[in-house]
Amino acid sequence: MSDREQNQNEDRELEQMRNLLKSAVPPRIDAEPRRDLWPQVLRRLDNAPERVPWWDWVLLGGAIVAACAFPGVLPALLYHL
Amino acid sequence: MDLAKRFAAGDLDAFETLFREHQRDVYRWIVRIVRDHAAAEDLTVEAFWRMYRARARFDPSGNCGAWLHRIAVNVALDHLRHAKWQTTLPEDLPADPAPDGAVQCETRAAIQRALVELPPRLRVVVQLGLVEDEPYNEIAAALGISLNAVKVRMFRGVRQLRQKLSEAGITP
Repeated sequence: MSDREQNQNEDRELEQMRNLLKSAVPPRIDAEPRRDLWPQVLRRLDNAPERVPWWDWVLLGGAIVAACAFPGVLPALLYHL
Repeated sequence: MDLAKRFAAGDLDAFETLFREHQRDVYRWIVRIVRDHAAAEDLTVEAFWRMYRARARFDPSGNCGAWLHRIAVNVALDHLRHAKWQTTLPEDLPADPAPDGAVQCETRAAIQRALVELPPRLRVVVQLGLVEDEPYNEIAAALGISLNAVKVRMFRGVRQLRQKLSEAGITP
C-alpha cells in the first residue's frame, strides 16, 4: 500500500471515529460558567496557606548542615550578610 | 506599568482584570475536557489560583492566554487522573436518544465508557480533536507538546478506542 493510500485510510478511519464519538458525546458549544467565579477565587486565595517550596527547605537544611560541619565560616558569612 | 507586569508584581486588581478577561475561555477549555459543569467551575477557580501562585514565574512579555490554557489543561488532566473510578461522562448521558436516533442508549454508554477508560493524556487529545474539533496546533499549544506528539497521541488514542469498541461489539 502506498503512503498516499495509507494516509487516505487513516483519514477515513479518523472521520469514522469522529462521527461515532460525536453521536455519543455531543460537543460543548455554549460552554460558559453559570455564575461569577471571582468570589470563589478570592476565598481560595484567602484560605490557601502560603506554602514554602520544597527546595527552600532543602536549602535551609543544607545551610544548617554546613553551619554544623564548618562553624568557623559563620562569622565570615555573617560579616558578608 | 502594564497589566501583565502589575499581575506579576502581585497586584490583585490586575489579577481580577485578567480573570475577567480569561474566565470564560479557561472554563470552556476545562469543561470540554471534564464534561461536568460543577467540576469545571471548581477547576476554573483552581486554575486561576495556580496562576496567581505562579505569578513570580510569569513572563509579562509572554502570551498570558497561552500560559493560562496550559494551566487550565493541566488542572483538567489532574482531575481526570484522580477520577479514574468514573466510568461514564458526568453530564453526557441524556435520557433522550441521540439527535439522529441511530445510536441507542446502550451503545452510547459503551462508547462513552471506552472514551473514559483511555489514559487521560490520550483521552484529552481524542476528546478535543475529534469531539470538539479543536485544531491540532491549538491542542499542542494548550498541552505544551509538539504538533507531532499530538498526532501520535491521536493515533494511539484512536487505536485503543477502536480496540475497546470492538471488544464491546461496536464497529465505527
